[in-house]
Amino acid sequence: MIAIENVTKIYGEGKSAFRALDDVSVTIKDNEFFTLLGPSGCGKTTLLRTIAGFVDPSSGSIRLGGKDILQSPPYKRPVNTVFQNYALFPHMTVAQNIAFGLEMLGKPKREVKATVEEMLELVRMTPMADRQTGQISGGQQQRVALARALAPRPQVLLLDEPLSALDFKLRKDMQLELKRLQTETGITFVFVTHDQEEALTMSDRIAVMNAGKIRQIGGARDIYDQPAERFVADFIGDTNFLDVEVLEITGDAARVRLAGGAETTARGAAEAGTGMGAATLATRPEHARLVPVGQGVMEGLLSQVVYFGTDTHYHVTLSDGAAFTLRQQNTPDMAHAFTQGDRVGIHLAPGVGQLLKD
Amino acid sequence: MAKPFDIRKQTGFTPLAILCFVLLYLPIILLVVYSFNAGSSIALWEGFSLRWYASAWENEAVQAATIRSVVIASAASALATTAAVLAALATTRVKPWRGQGAVFAMINQPLMVPEIVTAVSLLIFFAMIKVQTGYTGLWYLILAHAAFCIPFAYMPIRARLQGMDLTLEQAASDLYATPWQTFRRITLPQLFPGILAGAMLAFVISLDDVVITEFVKSAGQDTLPTYMLGQLRRNITPEVNAISTALLAASIILVVAFFFLSRTRK
Repeated sequence: MIAIENVTKIYGEGKSAFRALDDVSVTIKDNEFFTLLGPSGCGKTTLLRTIAGFVDPSSGSIRLGGKDILQSPPYKRPVNTVFQNYALFPHMTVAQNIAFGLEMLGKPKREVKATVEEMLELVRMTPMADRQTGQISGGQQQRVALARALAPRPQVLLLDEPLSALDFKLRKDMQLELKRLQTETGITFVFVTHDQEEALTMSDRIAVMNAGKIRQIGGARDIYDQPAERFVADFIGDTNFLDVEVLEITGDAARVRLAGGAETTARGAAEAGTGMGAATLATRPEHARLVPVGQGVMEGLLSQVVYFGTDTHYHVTLSDGAAFTLRQQNTPDMAHAFTQGDRVGIHLAPGVGQLLKD
Repeated sequence: MAKPFDIRKQTGFTPLAILCFVLLYLPIILLVVYSFNAGSSIALWEGFSLRWYASAWENEAVQAATIRSVVIASAASALATTAAVLAALATTRVKPWRGQGAVFAMINQPLMVPEIVTAVSLLIFFAMIKVQTGYTGLWYLILAHAAFCIPFAYMPIRARLQGMDLTLEQAASDLYATPWQTFRRITLPQLFPGILAGAMLAFVISLDDVVITEFVKSAGQDTLPTYMLGQLRRNITPEVNAISTALLAASIILVVAFFFLSRTRK
C-alpha cells in the first residue's frame, strides 16, 4: 500500500514559484492497477517521480507498506520504473539489461540467470536475449524495459507513459499485455498517461489530475458516468454542457428544466451540492438520441453529420445557439435517417445526466 | 523562392580555396619529400634515400628525446584526462551552483592565457620549488604539460557527458545501483570514447609543445620538439625533416583514431 499524504512540490521561488503538486493525498492499494490521468503539466509525472525518488517533495509524506520512503534515495526504494523513453542501457544486451537490477541487489548468479530467463519468457523476448538494445524494435524495447523493471520483483511498478511512443496497433496490444502482466505478477502498477482511453481500459482505479491537484478518484465507470466536476467531464470523453434550472431535489436525483422549457431528470445533486436554481448538466453524446421535431426535450438544426464507421456523430445547433453533439451506433435498421440541415428534436435518456458544481 | 546563398558559386572561390590549401600543405609536402633526400641539403634534391631516417633512428640524442617526449606525454595526458573527467562530472552532473561559470572559464584558462606567460610563470614558480627541494627531475615538465592539456582533454569528455541520456543514470539508480555503481557500470562505459578521445588529444598537444617545455626543462631534458629547435640553430640536415615526418605520421594516426572514436557509439 502506498499512502501519499499532503504532498506538495513547489519549483522556483517567489513570484516565479510553480506548484507542480498541490497538497496531493491518495492511497494506492496492493495489487492495484492505478492510473494517474491528466493533461501535460498536471503533475502526474512529478507525482510518479516523487514515488520513485527522483523528485523531493517540498512537504508531505509517502509511506510504502507503512514505512516512510521519502528519506531513502531511489536505489533503496523497493519500486522500479518503466521510463517513457525506456532508458535501456545501450552498451548491454537485452539479457544484461534485465539482469542489472538483480545484480545490484547482490542476488546469486544462478538466481539472476533463472529470473532473467523467466522474465524473457514473460515478455516473450527469449529469442532476443543476446541482441544489443539498438537492434530491436520500439515495441520490443518496451518489453525489455518492462522485464528489466519487473525482474527485481518490486513492490510497486511505476510506468511513465510507456506506450506513448508506440504506434496505434502496437499500443492496443501492449495495453492488454500490461493488464495481463499486472494480473500475473500481482505487483501494484502505478501508470501515468494523458490518454483517457488507455486509462479507462486498463485501470482498476483512476486519479484524474489537473493543475497539481487530484480532481477525482474512482473506477473507470465512476469517472466516466459520474464526473465530479466540469474539468473531469470535459477531459474524459466528450460531454455536452447544458445550462439548466434545478426545480426539485430528491436525494441524489433532481428534476431540472432545460433552456427550451422542457423538463428532465438528472443525478449528482447531492454530490455537486447545487441546490435549487441555475446549474450545469453534463450529458454524454451516447445518452442522447435524435428524434423528429416535437418528440424530444430540445430542438435544433442538424449542422453536421460525421460518419465514423461503427457510429455517426451528429452536431446540432440548439435553439438557444449552444452546440450539442450526439453519437449513435450505426445499425442496419436505423429508424430515422437525418440529414444535414434538418430541424431535429433531441431525446435525453432520463436520470443519466450529471449535475455539476461551478 | 530566392536561392540560398552559395559561396561556392561566387567568382574566384575555387582559385582562392586552392591557394589556401596549397599554402597550408605545400610546405608540409616539401618537408616530407626532402626527408627522403640523399644529399645533406634541405633544399637541393639529390636523389631518394632513407639515410636520414636511419641517421635519426641511430642518433642517441634523438632516441633519448623521443623516449622523454613519450614519457612526458603519457604521464601528462593521463593526469590531465583524470582531472578533466572529474572536472567534466562536476560541471555537468550537479545542480547549477554559484561560481560555476567562473570555474568553467578557469578550466579553459590555458586556452586563453598567452602560452609565453604560462611558460614564464611556471619557470619562476618551479625555480622557487627547485631552490627549496633540490628536485630537478622530469615531474616539472609532466605537471606543466598536464596543466595545459586539461582543457583539451576536458572538451570532448564534457561534450560526451552532456550528450548522454540522463535517464540512463536514473534508471540505474532506480534498479538499486548506488551512485558509485551507477558511475562504474553506466556512466563510465558510455563516457569511454570521450575519455579516449580527450586523452589522445592531450597526448598530441603535449608531444607537440615547444614554448612551455623550453622554459621549464632543466639541462639535458630535451624533448623531441626542443631537440629539433636546438638542431636548427646549428647545421640543418634532412634529419630534422625525417623526425618531423615521423611525428606527423604519428599525429595523423592519432587524429584519425580520435575522429573515429568521437563518431562511433553515439
